[in-house]
Amino acid sequence: MRSLKISIQQEDFSIDDECAAMRAGHQDIGALATFTGLVREQDDEKSPGDKVTSLYLEHYPGMTEKKLQEIAEQADQRWPLLDVVIIHRIGELKLSEQIVFVAVSSMHREAAFAACAFIMDFLKTQAPFWKKSKSREHEHWVEAKQSDNKAAEKWADGRDKS
Amino acid sequence: MTTIHYFASIREKLGLASEELELPAQVDTVSALVELLVEQHGSQWEEVLNSTSVLVAVNQSVAKFASSVKDGDEIAFFPPVTGG
Repeated sequence: MRSLKISIQQEDFSIDDECAAMRAGHQDIGALATFTGLVREQDDEKSPGDKVTSLYLEHYPGMTEKKLQEIAEQADQRWPLLDVVIIHRIGELKLSEQIVFVAVSSMHREAAFAACAFIMDFLKTQAPFWKKSKSREHEHWVEAKQSDNKAAEKWADGRDKS
Repeated sequence: MTTIHYFASIREKLGLASEELELPAQVDTVSALVELLVEQHGSQWEEVLNSTSVLVAVNQSVAKFASSVKDGDEIAFFPPVTGG
């Protein structure tokens, strides 16, 4: 990994700016894969008829950055990566807002696609963030999903290889 | 001085975000620390901290209730994570 940028921030980010910064001055990048997580419209699972209007993101300052660094380093051990950017927002995020951004550059696409997915699967199951879902009437802490754990597990035994 | 952080729903149930205390030498595991916290704060803390879904980190690395702790460590209790 030539460079790793990790940022936990309240402010929004610009995908264009981040990609431009990753590409600037580098002619060896053949592939740049990105993922953006957004706040989507959904029913409030604890309050029928109510829709989620915002999420509140909390994190463990210090451990979050450390864990994201570990995850990026694990990805770097598995695939030949050039640059990695991980941005995760915190605080109150409204519908359709950007929550998280992962970008990976490499010479060829296999590494970029795979590492991007790997980093997201492990961010979801290991990075110390917690989401609170707010609707008009209620708020409650979102519960961790089994499907996220399964997604992370598939990297352990090569099931990610199709 | 040991710092203890409580996050998310655990913080809300306990009504405390963090605290500092001196760990006596005999409190040398996370489990022993939980016993100390229950003694200090009351039995309602027992139900919250001993719930099966509570996770713990010692010095910002995921640990277990059997893991060692010593005075000066940073310890955090939190629910399963839900970022991304």
